[in-house]
Amino acid sequence: MRDVAIVAFAQTRHSAVDEGLGESELILPVLDEVRERSGLRTFGFTCSGSCDYLAGAPFSFVSALDALGAWPPISESHVEMDAAWALYEAWVRLQHGDVDTALVYGFGKSSQGELREIMTLQLDPYYLAPLGLDQVSYAALQASASGADRAELDEIVRRSRAAGRDNPYALDLPDPSGDAFEVEPLRPYDIAPLTDGAAAVVLAAGDRARELCERPAWITGIAHRIDPHYLGMRDLARSASAAAAARAAGAGKGHVDVAELHAQFSHEEPILREALELPASTVVNPSGGPLAANPVMATGLIRIGEAARRILDGGASRTVGHAASGPCLQHNLVTVMEA
Amino acid sequence: MPSDAPSDVTAAPQERAGDLVAEHVLEFPGGYTRTTGPVIGRFLTELRDGRIVGVRTADGRTLVPPLEYDPETGEAVTGEFAEVGPAGTVESWSWVGEPRRAHPLDRPFAWALIRLDGADTSLLHAVDAGDARAMRPGLRVRPRWKTERTGHITDIESFVPEVTRIVSPVRSTYRVKPGKALARFLDGVARGVFLGCRCGSCGKVYVPYRLSCPECGVAVTEEVELPDTGTITTFAINNLPDPRAPQVPFVSAYILLDGSDIPMIALVGDIPAHEVRQGMRVRAVWVPEEERTASMSNVKWFAPTGEPDAEL
Repeated sequence: MRDVAIVAFAQTRHSAVDEGLGESELILPVLDEVRERSGLRTFGFTCSGSCDYLAGAPFSFVSALDALGAWPPISESHVEMDAAWALYEAWVRLQHGDVDTALVYGFGKSSQGELREIMTLQLDPYYLAPLGLDQVSYAALQASASGADRAELDEIVRRSRAAGRDNPYALDLPDPSGDAFEVEPLRPYDIAPLTDGAAAVVLAAGDRARELCERPAWITGIAHRIDPHYLGMRDLARSASAAAAARAAGAGKGHVDVAELHAQFSHEEPILREALELPASTVVNPSGGPLAANPVMATGLIRIGEAARRILDGGASRTVGHAASGPCLQHNLVTVMEA
Repeated sequence: MPSDAPSDVTAAPQERAGDLVAEHVLEFPGGYTRTTGPVIGRFLTELRDGRIVGVRTADGRTLVPPLEYDPETGEAVTGEFAEVGPAGTVESWSWVGEPRRAHPLDRPFAWALIRLDGADTSLLHAVDAGDARAMRPGLRVRPRWKTERTGHITDIESFVPEVTRIVSPVRSTYRVKPGKALARFLDGVARGVFLGCRCGSCGKVYVPYRLSCPECGVAVTEEVELPDTGTITTFAINNLPDPRAPQVPFVSAYILLDGSDIPMIALVGDIPAHEVRQGMRVRAVWVPEEERTASMSNVKWFAPTGEPDAEL
């Protein structure tokens, strides 16, 4: 394998409301920021992750290329997924050996539509989508199946929101309170907030990474695995695919100082902690995680970026970034980074 | 996603361009046409006929709803279908207190993973249980079918709990005569008087009037006219409505009429329920003379006299 590292990461100051920026306007500042940090203006490969259903506009990701300067034509690709998977594609592309740098970005404006119903569109069209099963409803089914402890969930939300208030990029959300259910057993505060935002990462291979960055975050393991889609055909109390991805990425081969987990609902954190076999000494979601800012389609990339940042700034020596996709943690990507 | 999905964009003129908002709809009019393939098609065809089938995997498990490939192994499933259910068991559930537009029911309901009898996997569907308190793992449910079925997962409108209880109406009618003693007592009540009796053997005074002493088992012949005042010996505050009571809560009490040895039961009124106490002195409140009949409804209730409490 070719050594590949994250050498720069940037994200927007995420917003809970539509600030009136178009998608390319949302992306441009973070692209400028990683270009400046890496000192690169052009990249061997560019890959983005977004979801056209968020804007309700076919090929909206193509319009977003305006922020890139894609003429004359560049080598570019896109995944209709969280940009964490765009990073995976870029990592694979760098393994080919003919290019040394890659730009990865993701963006999402959840403020424009009904996210709960937009997420229904990802479900199997024969058995699940026709029921009108929305995102919070299926998440609540998983929370119920996992037998999540209410006090533990409250503490996860309290800790995440407090960390978010200390993170200038995350939302300022109050300590959780109230005993109403959104969909029982989930309370409104168990659910990641609607968020608009974007993020970008620069990858570089081998010596190129050492030239561009004093302390690159080397990707020493990266793998993704997937569970059956239909929710009645897997044990919702566990995430077998997250555990398999963590094993394949070698997450357990050394101490994990920091883990950034893509838990969009409070009950997903204990499921992921167990799947990744994280010890109590691992700091989980010091950024606040998705419960403090959830710019859909960038949230997973931000987990990797936040975990990388801890290495880039010298605060940690071995970190894990986790990203999830699909209903009830169906698809999981685990990235292990080391100094 | 489709490049030809139409959309409607309208923008109302506003004062500042930065405030412009367009209402935008992404829709494929009439919906996509999707082929089902043989496995899902068989399931939906059976569903249209009111049956639920699963498909057998190579290792003999029954997948419900059927898939073309075994999610455990990735192997193609066999061509063997087996009818399952229709009853099943709830494995886990979430409760929707406020249904959303796209939801299958317009009243609170549960989403549930249901293990249909004979299946090795769980079906996700709605359960119309009325109240979250009716939901629990292990709950037995059955499908409620739509009358007009088209071969769609929503041919099952929802699942409903199995029948575990029924309501049995009971109503018999009788014609009851009071008997000699009670008839004599009610004659007194019709005149506004409580009639009792004194046992010639033990000397106890009973009210209402009776013909034998329950303690001595001897006939009683001495009739005693008792006053309509007495003392509360014990009482209960009733919070359930009763057609014989004036309001809720109401107080029913044991009242020891002055000169008697056995209390009788009656309502207490003209006083807040929480102020009623043992030892309280009370007097019968009679309905006006012209309304009286040979019935205890002549006594509206007992009301406090205002005298000091009696020692019991």
